[in-house]
Amino acid sequence: MLPSDPLRRVLVVDLARRRFTVEDRPDLFEAGLGGAGVAIRLLEEECPSGADPLGPENPVILAVGPLVGLFPLASKTVAMFKSPHTGNLGESHAGGRSAVAIRMAGYGAIVLRGASSTPVYVVVDGDDVYFRDASALWGMRSAYTVGRVIRERERGAGMRTIIRIGRAGERMVTYACVTTETYRHFGRLGLGAVFGSKKLKGLVVAGKRSLPVSNPRLYRETYDTVFRAAVDSPLMQKYHELGTAMNVLPLDAIGALPTRNLKSGRFEGAETISGESLAANYLGRRVACAHCPVACIHLAALRLPYPNDPYFYKTVMLGYDHEPIYAMGSMLGIASVPGMLQLIDEAEAVGLDVMSTGVVLAWATEALERGIISLQETDGLALTWGDWETYIEAVRRIVDPPNDFYRALGRGVEHAASLYGGANFALAFGGNEMAGYHTGPAAYLTYLTGARHSHLDSAGYSLDQRAASRGEMLTPEGVADALRAEEEWRQVLASLVVCFFARGVYTPEFVERALAVVGIERSADDLARLGADALRRKHAFKTREGFDPARLRIPDRILETPSPLGAVDREFLERAIAQFFRGE
Amino acid sequence: MPNRLSVIDVDRCVGCQSCMFACARRLGEGGLASACIGVRSAGGIRRGFVVVVCRACPDPPCARVCPTDALVLRPPGGVRLRAELCIGCGNCVQACPFGAVFWDARQHKPQICVYCGYCARYCPYDVLALEEVPDVAQ
Repeated sequence: MLPSDPLRRVLVVDLARRRFTVEDRPDLFEAGLGGAGVAIRLLEEECPSGADPLGPENPVILAVGPLVGLFPLASKTVAMFKSPHTGNLGESHAGGRSAVAIRMAGYGAIVLRGASSTPVYVVVDGDDVYFRDASALWGMRSAYTVGRVIRERERGAGMRTIIRIGRAGERMVTYACVTTETYRHFGRLGLGAVFGSKKLKGLVVAGKRSLPVSNPRLYRETYDTVFRAAVDSPLMQKYHELGTAMNVLPLDAIGALPTRNLKSGRFEGAETISGESLAANYLGRRVACAHCPVACIHLAALRLPYPNDPYFYKTVMLGYDHEPIYAMGSMLGIASVPGMLQLIDEAEAVGLDVMSTGVVLAWATEALERGIISLQETDGLALTWGDWETYIEAVRRIVDPPNDFYRALGRGVEHAASLYGGANFALAFGGNEMAGYHTGPAAYLTYLTGARHSHLDSAGYSLDQRAASRGEMLTPEGVADALRAEEEWRQVLASLVVCFFARGVYTPEFVERALAVVGIERSADDLARLGADALRRKHAFKTREGFDPARLRIPDRILETPSPLGAVDREFLERAIAQFFRGE
Repeated sequence: MPNRLSVIDVDRCVGCQSCMFACARRLGEGGLASACIGVRSAGGIRRGFVVVVCRACPDPPCARVCPTDALVLRPPGGVRLRAELCIGCGNCVQACPFGAVFWDARQHKPQICVYCGYCARYCPYDVLALEEVPDVAQ
């Protein structure tokens, strides 16, 4: 690391005492580079064993990396905390302007400690930190309005990130998200609830500074290589044109699009809610994270009439991606685009993770269908596939629960099924609701073995699809080893905070070159060791907090609905899990 | 013929800020401190973006309010900073209606576009272009 690089500075914000310090920690960044590699070390230091995820002892760590502010696509912030949703490792990544803003404010990481006694939002403006009263913002119906108020009240437009929670976070729904720049999220594992437990409504980070390089000519050359690759490569083209929503139709075609709580892998409404259809009929604008020329963020423009007021309309702009389309579309049998978008809008307004929300509602619908629960539990809501208006009402009840059933739904499908039954169709893995891929065993093994139980941990869905298209046979050991290698490499990307979509551009060779520009010498072997080390540390944290791979629950539903690779086999999954965690 | 930077179509801007980083990189540094171009949302990202560039005015208000004549006119439009005359009063920043006079917080001097067009080469969506302006004096 170059001596004048501010990356080594860690801002520690004490919410209880409303004070802050800046610690010089070159050791952390030498050892872990940044992002996930640094965040896991800070979590080890900050999070006591057995911490209550919603107690003041649970820290929030935000970390960025050495390439942020220097190279395109290094645009993510890694958040680490103990998850109130799974009771174990919480890790969530978001883009927007968050990473560039934290780097430009002059920090490599921010640690949020303790809990405030009254609602606050924190403003980090370069070297200054302000604790602003947020009591008037607490309880506002719409997180959009909260964003607007803070935007108008604070300075630094274009050079800042505005990270905030909605009412779901305040009420500590365990899958409440944290939103940044309206359309990006620390979506999974309940960071929003942790913010809520700290009475922390938002975090604004702003700054503007220059960053040193080892050699300006080498910097410009290396930059051009990655910039051209990002703009010209077919890989990035796919995210640029239709966005991740381009996955909907191909997944449906092979029977891998989870539909109606995965009673099926095909959805008759797939065409309607596909990326192609959304682009043709609703795409209103494409936007980018800071320092990313790809612009994968797709916003739908939805024009809505006021039913009782002729000639009154509003036009809302809503972000869509494959995962929200799956969770609030096919998973709930919703084939109406305006309906799906309004359901997404409601989840955004209250600040819920759309993926977990969709899976929770899908489970509740099937539970009602099977008579496990009745209209008494649902507070009179006849949850029915495709009925988005009723689902919107249900989302509101998850945030403001009228009874124990909705309180249970607010803790996720694993918890709800443990109280009401129906575990065999409760689609959570390691406590986290599944993503939109029913491609075969490798996808499920990612959900099961991934340190975050996220589809992005090791992207097993891509392994399945490759095997299906080439007619290859997967073996438990082969899948486990491939997923482990992928997850280890992704620790390197997550430490550099390079967007996973750019994994094809940031090869080990290129990472080595880019790091040299910022004065960090790391060989491809060093990087591989770093990735393996970060993953081992996460597993050690999880073991400390009670994770046991032998106790991972495999719901019957995923074995019953045929995947493109045929029926998923329980023994295959169990053998692969054992192989993945062998020696740990 | 002299050049100036022009915003061709702001509605194509995705807010990636590649232009801002390019402007700083031109000077061989990372980050954004030296950027003489600004991209921000037009009141929330859903409304799109504002791209702030120096329009190279023929009669630039920034130069007119400079008490030390540190901003020298560049025919047919725009200015060049003579840093040795600048007293860092910041009048120029206030005078520009577009906010295109940026501020170097370390040197306490304005930083203004030099019309090189380096940023436009990194705009993936043809929002920016360097255009030639006829020199009316000739």
